[in-house]
Amino acid sequence: MKEVVIVDSGGANLGSLEYALQRAGAKARMTREASEIGSASHVVLPGVGAAANAMQRLRSAGLTTTLALLTQPVLGICLGMQLLFRDSEEGPTECLGVLPDTVRRIHGAPGRPVPHMGWNQVKSNRDDPLLEGLGREPYAYFVHSYAACVSDVTLAHTDYGKPLSAVVRHGNFCGTQFHPERSGTTGARVLENFLRL
Amino acid sequence: MRFRDHEVVGDVLELAQRYRDEGADELVLYDITASPEGRCVDREWVRRVAEVLDIPFCVAGGIRSVGDAEAALHAGADKISVNSPALDDPSLIDELSIRFGSQCVVVGIDSQRTIRGFRAWQWSGDPRRARDSGRAVLGWVHEAQQRGAGEIVLNCIANDGGRRGYDLEQLAAARSICHVPLVASGGAGAVGHFTEVFREARVDGALAAGVFHSGHIRIPALKRELRAAGIAVRLP
Repeated sequence: MKEVVIVDSGGANLGSLEYALQRAGAKARMTREASEIGSASHVVLPGVGAAANAMQRLRSAGLTTTLALLTQPVLGICLGMQLLFRDSEEGPTECLGVLPDTVRRIHGAPGRPVPHMGWNQVKSNRDDPLLEGLGREPYAYFVHSYAACVSDVTLAHTDYGKPLSAVVRHGNFCGTQFHPERSGTTGARVLENFLRL
Repeated sequence: MRFRDHEVVGDVLELAQRYRDEGADELVLYDITASPEGRCVDREWVRRVAEVLDIPFCVAGGIRSVGDAEAALHAGADKISVNSPALDDPSLIDELSIRFGSQCVVVGIDSQRTIRGFRAWQWSGDPRRARDSGRAVLGWVHEAQQRGAGEIVLNCIANDGGRRGYDLEQLAAARSICHVPLVASGGAGAVGHFTEVFREARVDGALAAGVFHSGHIRIPALKRELRAAGIAVRLP
């Protein structure tokens, strides 16, 4: 059995994510203990709320260095993915800095409200085990007001006014802008793929 | 989905999973008698649904405070929908959107045709208490957005259960002033009704209950036909 931990920095509802990991075959524990996070086989970094706030909670829990130095597979989800980047306009705040680039606010337009919320297609930029078996341009469920542009770390993007990173990966650090725990079969497959890394 | 008695929780979970498998994009769990009975939707129910479901779901029924909403969201709901209590105290919408973000605050509106035009109906889950809130529907659609609603579900009561189609005219009027996602509700009876409400009223979503529960319309066939008609839909 994989030793998966969900980083619990407080405030967020993580039940749905815990259940989704269970369905993907892992027993996930929630923790904010650096030692437990360090010894886990897989680390999931969720995030709900605002970036500056979430970074502040990680700092007060003394977790920023621990997280940035992890060598096992790490999956940031939604805001959790954004926290892997260098910094975010939301605050603004410095983030964990394991991925280059700045997370920026999505510009809305008539017919394209912010937050971007709903099912949108995920389009592959390059092959990766994390995206295995997803089929062509699958739909995933997004809820976000900030996003990372497409860059070298982008595995897949979604179009919302312009292409935005939907799945990123740099070495052991992975992230999905969408919510795999709410993205039906597509999300379940991403979680299963992650657990096999 | 409407749920009420604890005995049917098995059915709700079964139904939730069936709809998920068939390709529903979102489920709304309505406890329609909660508000009239002064209750809030049961958080244990919400938790059990969250445990089995991997698509977004919204909870509606008797949410009248930030605390009620927090309980539903913490139990695993993605959105909460408010209706009658917001008509009593519209600032509830402001409070919820400030606390949780507008993306998870849905305002449900039961619209009834009256001699004074379309009015937002209150306590419509209980025929003995159902009444005119005194608010015109379009004015309320506007105000709800200003107060931070992230989505509007417009349920046209006169059409509800009749299976003669959505109220296209009313929904199109709402669409013209609704800048957040608008979901049509009430009246679906045939696949063509879904096609026309997306095309003619340009709604973002279409909600139905009875025709799905009875099996009269199957979601996979519905979505295939929508796609064939050129409407962008997710096929799981």
